[in-house]
Amino acid sequence: MTEYRLSDGELEAAFQQRVDEERKIEPKDWMPEAYRKNLIRQISQHAHSEVIGMQPEGNWITRAPTLKRKMILLAKVQDEAGHGLYLYGAAETLGVTREEMIQALHEGRAKYASIFNYPTLTWADVGVIGWLVDSAAIVNQISLQRTSYGPYSRAMIRICKEESFHQRQGFEMLMPLASGSPEQKAMAQDAMDRWWWPTLMMFGPHDSDSMHSAKSMQWKIKRRSNDELRQDFVDQTVPQAEYLDLAIPDPDLKWNEERGHYDFGEIDWDEFWAVVSGDGLCNRERLDRHGEAHREGEWVREAMRAYEEKRQST
Amino acid sequence: MKLPLYEVFVRSKRGLDHRHVGSLHAEDGGQALKLARDCYTRRGEGVSIWVVRSGDIVASQEEDAASFFDPSDDKPYRHATFYRLPPEVKNL
Repeated sequence: MTEYRLSDGELEAAFQQRVDEERKIEPKDWMPEAYRKNLIRQISQHAHSEVIGMQPEGNWITRAPTLKRKMILLAKVQDEAGHGLYLYGAAETLGVTREEMIQALHEGRAKYASIFNYPTLTWADVGVIGWLVDSAAIVNQISLQRTSYGPYSRAMIRICKEESFHQRQGFEMLMPLASGSPEQKAMAQDAMDRWWWPTLMMFGPHDSDSMHSAKSMQWKIKRRSNDELRQDFVDQTVPQAEYLDLAIPDPDLKWNEERGHYDFGEIDWDEFWAVVSGDGLCNRERLDRHGEAHREGEWVREAMRAYEEKRQST
Repeated sequence: MKLPLYEVFVRSKRGLDHRHVGSLHAEDGGQALKLARDCYTRRGEGVSIWVVRSGDIVASQEEDAASFFDPSDDKPYRHATFYRLPPEVKNL
């Protein structure tokens, strides 16, 4: 442990000043314990989301309609694994180990994005996830590029660069579906109907109900509020839906000239909290699958241990 | 199981420096190199990768920065701007 000559109060004031001046916090800097904890929670949750997010899309790799689409989907799912790794790496700089984070996920102490607790029922879902879910993630991640913690910020910059392909391939894949046969169009619309609201929920509770927001904003872990980000997403997505000629399943959605933004309806918060607390359609399946994959990989880890032991003894 | 941590440096093209891009866990240098390729250069981001065990890096301490770097703080004559020259003198 490093010994500091200043009192906690002085250290915290210096820390906040550094944050206010937009100078990044780096791993060895003094930081309030709650800042560290808050970051570990948020970054590991983000990492788990990337990894769990591989499941709903991985579900369609073997059934992609063409070789081109299969290769694109494989590359995208591989990216998600890479993004998880960048983020686990960033969290580890805060003194938590990969094993502890995985264990927290398996024991339900760590969360991941609720959106991945919805099932991918048709091929159109893969397109809608790329277009809507990845767009929503990008809106959030762009603001996080300016987060106060250096390693998290750098991971976000790298992820945003790669994520743009995810969003574009989703939209490009939906174009022929949305302008195809009546059955194809209906499939695209059905996916839109099922994914729209869960996507809006990705931004989290209203600012007034968000537990972690105030402190996170003061420490500049978060740079923009849940409701601001959600509004941005709606504003940018409505014209894209119009281009595809897909209806957004919200009777209250309309342009508000005065605000210069789209108004939209209220999210079903009961559904939101039910999924967050473990009762979504696929929560158990996702966690079981993750645990299973982890256990199935044990022989690889064991072989690596044995190899290393042998190498060191010779 | 604790795999050692490696820091990854990528040279994006010939003529440029290797630059730190992140870290990963691996059994040994050879494996770290392959994992770094898959993780950090999926889109032609590099022509060369260095990996080094994080534990082998010797680093200056951030909290000692003031005293560690101050020997150069009182030597402004090391900077070109220290020297005032008449404006009519060109190319200096």
